[in-house]
This record gives sequence, structure tokens and C-alpha cells, in this order.
Amino acid sequence: MAVIAEPVAAHVKRSSLWSRAFESRNFLGAMFMVPAIAILVLFLAYPLALGFWLGMTDTKIGGVGRFIGFRNFVSLSKDSVFWLSVFNTIFYTVFASIVKFAIGLYLALLLNERLPFKSMVRAIVLLPFVVPTVLSAIAFWWIYDSQFSIISWVLIKAGLLTHYIDFLGDPWNARWSVVIANIWRGVPFVAITLLAGLQTISPSLYEAANLDGATNLQRFRHITLPMLSPIIAVVMTFSVLMTFTDFQLIYTITRGGPINATHLMATLSFQRAITGGNLGEGAAISNAMIPFLVAAILLSFFGLQRSRWQQGGRD
Amino acid sequence: MSDFDRRSVLKAGLGGAALLAGPGIVPVRAAEWTNTPEPNASIRVLRWKQFIQAEFDKFAEQTKKFSEKTGIKVKLEAESWEDIRPKAAVAANVGAGPDLIVGTLDDPFKFPEKLIDMTDVATYLGAQYGGWYPVAERYGKKGNSWIAIPQGATGGCLNYRISHVKAAGFDEFPKDTDGFLKLCQALKKNNTPAGFALGHATGDANGWCQWALWAFGGKVVNDKNEVVIDSPETIAAIEYVKQLYATFIPGVLSWNDSNNNKAFLNGELSLTLNGISIWTVGKNSPDPKQQEIAKDMNHAPMPIGPVGVSTEQQNVLVYYGYKHSKYPKAVKEYIKFMMDKENYDAWEVASNGYVSPPLPAYNDNPVWTSDPKITPYRDCLKRCRDNGYAGDLGYASAAVMGDFVVVDMFAEAASGSATPKEAAARAAERAKRYYQV
Repeated sequence: MAVIAEPVAAHVKRSSLWSRAFESRNFLGAMFMVPAIAILVLFLAYPLALGFWLGMTDTKIGGVGRFIGFRNFVSLSKDSVFWLSVFNTIFYTVFASIVKFAIGLYLALLLNERLPFKSMVRAIVLLPFVVPTVLSAIAFWWIYDSQFSIISWVLIKAGLLTHYIDFLGDPWNARWSVVIANIWRGVPFVAITLLAGLQTISPSLYEAANLDGATNLQRFRHITLPMLSPIIAVVMTFSVLMTFTDFQLIYTITRGGPINATHLMATLSFQRAITGGNLGEGAAISNAMIPFLVAAILLSFFGLQRSRWQQGGRD
Repeated sequence: MSDFDRRSVLKAGLGGAALLAGPGIVPVRAAEWTNTPEPNASIRVLRWKQFIQAEFDKFAEQTKKFSEKTGIKVKLEAESWEDIRPKAAVAANVGAGPDLIVGTLDDPFKFPEKLIDMTDVATYLGAQYGGWYPVAERYGKKGNSWIAIPQGATGGCLNYRISHVKAAGFDEFPKDTDGFLKLCQALKKNNTPAGFALGHATGDANGWCQWALWAFGGKVVNDKNEVVIDSPETIAAIEYVKQLYATFIPGVLSWNDSNNNKAFLNGELSLTLNGISIWTVGKNSPDPKQQEIAKDMNHAPMPIGPVGVSTEQQNVLVYYGYKHSKYPKAVKEYIKFMMDKENYDAWEVASNGYVSPPLPAYNDNPVWTSDPKITPYRDCLKRCRDNGYAGDLGYASAAVMGDFVVVDMFAEAASGSATPKEAAARAAERAKRYYQV
């Protein structure tokens, strides 16, 4: 009997421990988190870690790479095309993000007013975001075509030009052209999200300001902007991240040409990894984007933490 | 060279067969094909997307015929040939995906250990049809083994407007680089310019830029795979291209592979490098203007430069099967069937000569002489060099081409953003990064 009783007792002891664990709010909370953590680890952390690892190897397509430490980064530091792509990416992100914010905010303010056909106007604003990126890229590729550009055609017909504009054949023209394509594509996201933010601001604040005789500019400066700051921080973080990592627009319109003038880090990474077959170097280029992206996220994160900043103070 | 190869292969084949067979015992045959596909095999084939619909339809029809004959099920898919490269790379890396790919150039050399050994198929076809073009062998063979079977090349020739070339003072299309430059200058003067892609156009830009480099004796690497592009020969090629560029239609720096087709069929271009598709599309177009252009156009090989031999670079198409396939024998059977002369010939007729054959024996197809405008495409593989010239095909050659090192070199100098010397030095610096690995 004693021989049988002992394992039963142990089982009871184990069960009670297990049962007791589930009675703990902390343990139960952790258990509920497990599926979410598993998904995050599998689909977010693992690919990121794999990317880090690949960047430290000399992996070629279809091959097993050796660990080579920072050699890919050292090699990239001497690569003029890589540095050109860093410059292009920063240029592209800074200009596109600033203009997207300005137009997006203007549209949001406009749509927040009492407008006739407001719903239809909102739907139209959303259109560029709804169209698949590749389709909009193809449309811009045609718009910028060196022989068939509608812009050049109209300007020539209007007698304002004598030659077709070389939108994509001149390095600086090409840079500005892809920035404009990105702005067109990204404005709806900024506008609609800021509009959502604007609609959370209590009208009573504006009414009080009106009673105090505040001008439009003063109301914008002292009510709209401070109340909108948190949403601006989030929108701009996402906008910067999406612009910095853009691939489809560039790849479809220019493939990084002419003479690598529009190569972003993302397109160069693809070209080196897939077309060129050097997965290690491609991953290293992607990894080199991370410090910039982390900086953008930190800026937003600390900005959101600061209540004075949220309220329009300089902090 | 090819005749010699054909004779020697035939001699060896016949000699070997005679020894094995003995006099009068069995009929002498040039080659034997012994392959038993796996039972209930089913394969997935990914090939390049058609430019000519009739070509793809015939390919699909023959695939169906193959399935009916052998019982092997084939799922045929098509992608733009530039998009096949990433898919092939992913398939090689993860060990899953299509069983067989019909892709381009030296892609198989990037992951040779992942591929089915095709030596028996290549040996059979070579012996049966009198040998491969040397360049086809280069694209198929790694060491002593074949890792790919060349399907041919979407041949590139000069497409030109007959009336415009005549108006420029040329009764015959020039055969050398000097005459070619004079023609381009005269075309420009007549406001009927030439235009060659100098953007990141994988096929067209790489094609004519490699030709120009080699025509003047320049090359990315020597036969020891040492980077030698920063050379006086390269500078001479760049100087030549600068002069050519001055005669081009504006905008070529932004061109991808489809720009020249559009511009030519719109009547804005008199001379460019392209496959036979411009002419075929124009000929079959319902638009009378395009039909007129097709009537007024002809094709010519790329001119010969100071090196004295043809130096073309062609978009070679290659079959390669993956070891991850459960049915490697079925894969080989399919390639053998599609490459058998009877089937290949019928497909070639349907494609109107779109693919230049890799086996000289296939040159007797009547399609090549059915219209003299088609004939220059027949010998594309006879005139071309592999894109790793003068070194080996492999990761580095593919990377240099994929990274547009040669195209960017010419584009930088032609557009004036670098001197020829600076452009050559920069190309050398870029190429070394790949060849030093």
C-alpha cells in the first residue's frame, strides 16, 4: 500500500501546484500572453535575428555561409554605391516625409471643416492609398516616360516647352520624381490619420477660444497643434519608417537608375542579395538601415512620454 | 569552330557506337537515351513569360503532348524573365518550389550544388544533333558536369528602319564599329536618331554595353578571374560609347527593357538593340502605322570592333532542375522531349524565330529563311560570348551583371558625371568586391 500511496501523493502535490499556479493572476496573465509572444517571436523576432545573422555571414544564394563578423560592413563602408544609396534614402525620406506631413495636415484640417460632399472628398483622398503600390508606380513610370510623358506632352502642346522633360534620365530629376511619387502615395495615410486625431479634439475648447477672441492661427497654435501632437508623433514615425524602407515604387519606376541615383538601401539590398546572389551582403545593407529606423522610433517614443511636449511645450 | 565540334562529336559518337554494336548487328545510332521516369511523376515548371503569344501556346501544347505520351503531369507557370531570378534563388535557398526552371544566363552557376546533374541529357542531345555551340556549353557545363541545358537565346540584333538608314547614306548596314558610329551620327543629323538603353535594363543595357566593352578588347576579368576592366581598351570603348551616346534619342539613361520597343513602334526610333519581337508585334498589329514600320525595318548583327571578331552578349535561356524535386528523371525526360529537334523546330516556327538555337543542327529550320529579316537571329549563339568573359561563370559574373557595373560605367562617362578614366576605375573597384570573395 505504501508503495502505491507515495506516487499518488506526489501527483496530488504536483496537481495542487499546477492548480495553484493557475490561481495566480500573474501566471495566468503570462499564460494568456504565450500565443501572442509565440507569434511575435516566430514572425517578427526570428526573421530579424536571421537577418542579423545573415549580415554577419558570407552566405550566397543556395549556399551555407560562414560567420565573417563585421566584414560585410567593412566592405560596405568602402563601397561608393552603398554610400550613395544611404544619401538617396535620407534625401528621399526627409523630403517626402516633410511634404507628406504638410499636405496631409492641410487636407486633414480641410476635411475637418463643414464641406459639401465631405464623404466623397474623403474617399477621393484615400484613393492613392487604396491603389496597389505597383500599379501607382507603373502609372508614374508612364507619367515620367522620356517619350510618352503626359506632363511633357501637355506642356509642349501649351507652347511652354520645346523638349520632353527627362524626368528619370537625369540623376536629380529622377530623385525628385520618385519623391513626388512617394508623396502622392503617402499623403492619404497622413491626412486620414490626422483627421481622426482632429476629431477627438473637443469642440468646447474652440468655443472657449472663440469667446476669448482667439484668431484662427492662435487656435491652431494653442489648441490644435498641442492636442494633435501625440497623433502627429505616431503618424510621422510610421510615415518615416515606411518611406525609409520603400522598395516597390523605386524598383518599378527606376530600378535604382540612372547611375544608381535613386537606389535606396532597400532596393540595393535586394539587388545585391537576390539579383547578385550575395545574401550576406544584402542582409548587411538591410541591417545598416536599423540604426536610422531605431532613431526614428526613439524620437517618437520619447516624444510621446513627454507630457509637456504633447501639450505643445518645448520640453 | 562549331563545325569542327559537330564533326568531332559525331566521329566520337559513331566510333563508340560502332565498337559497341559490332558490324551489322544493330543499327548504328549517334546517341542513346536511357531514362525511366519515376512512376506517377508530377512536375512543376516555371518558365519565362512570352513576348509572342503563339510561342507560349505552342510550348504549352507540346507540354500537353508530353504529358499524354509519358503520363507525367506537368504544371506550367510563367513569370517575367526578370522575376524568375528571385524565385529561382528562393527555391534554391529553401529547397522547395518548382522542379524545373527555364531561366536566364548564369543563374544556375550561383547554386550549382542544388541542381540536378544534366550531363546525360546534354550528352544525348549533343551527340544526337552534332554538338553544342561553345557558348551554349559554357552556359550549361560546370567542370565536367552539365548543371543546365541551354534552351537558346532570346536573340538580340540591331533593329533598324531601312528607309532611315538609306536616307543617312548607307545602302548596306555597316559591319564595323567605325561605320556604325558614322551611321548613328548621320541618323541623328537627319532627326531620325538611334537609342540604346543605358538605365538599369537587365537585358538590353547589359547586352549592348558588354558588346561595346568586348568589341574594343576590354573585359571585366581575365582568364584567371582577375579584374582588368581598368584598361586602355576599356577607355577606348568608353570614348566610343560617349560618341555614340551623343547621337541617341534623349532619355536613354532612364530606359528599361521595354522603352526601346515602345519608342520604335511609335516611330521615334530608327535603330536599337532588341529581339525579333518589335518586328513580330508590328507585323501582327492591327495598327496600320505599326504595320508600316514593320515593313520598313530589318535586322543586323552587332558590328565588329577592333578585336576583329563578333563580341555579342545574348540573353541565353537555360533549363535547370532542382535536386529537391521528387522526380528528377521526369524533369530530364521533359527537357529531352522539349529539346528534341522535331518538337523544338515546331516551337521555333510558332515563335517566328524568337529563340536562337543552341545546337547548330537546328539552324536548318525553314523559319530562319522564310523571311530574310529573321535570318540574322539564327546565329546569335554563334556570335556571342558568355557574360563572365574571359573568366568563369559563377557568383561573381552574375553579381557584376546584376549590379550593372558595366552599364553604370558607360552611363557615368556618357552622361558626363565621370571621366572615362574615373568611370573605368570605379567599375574596377566595384567588380573587385565580387571577384575578391
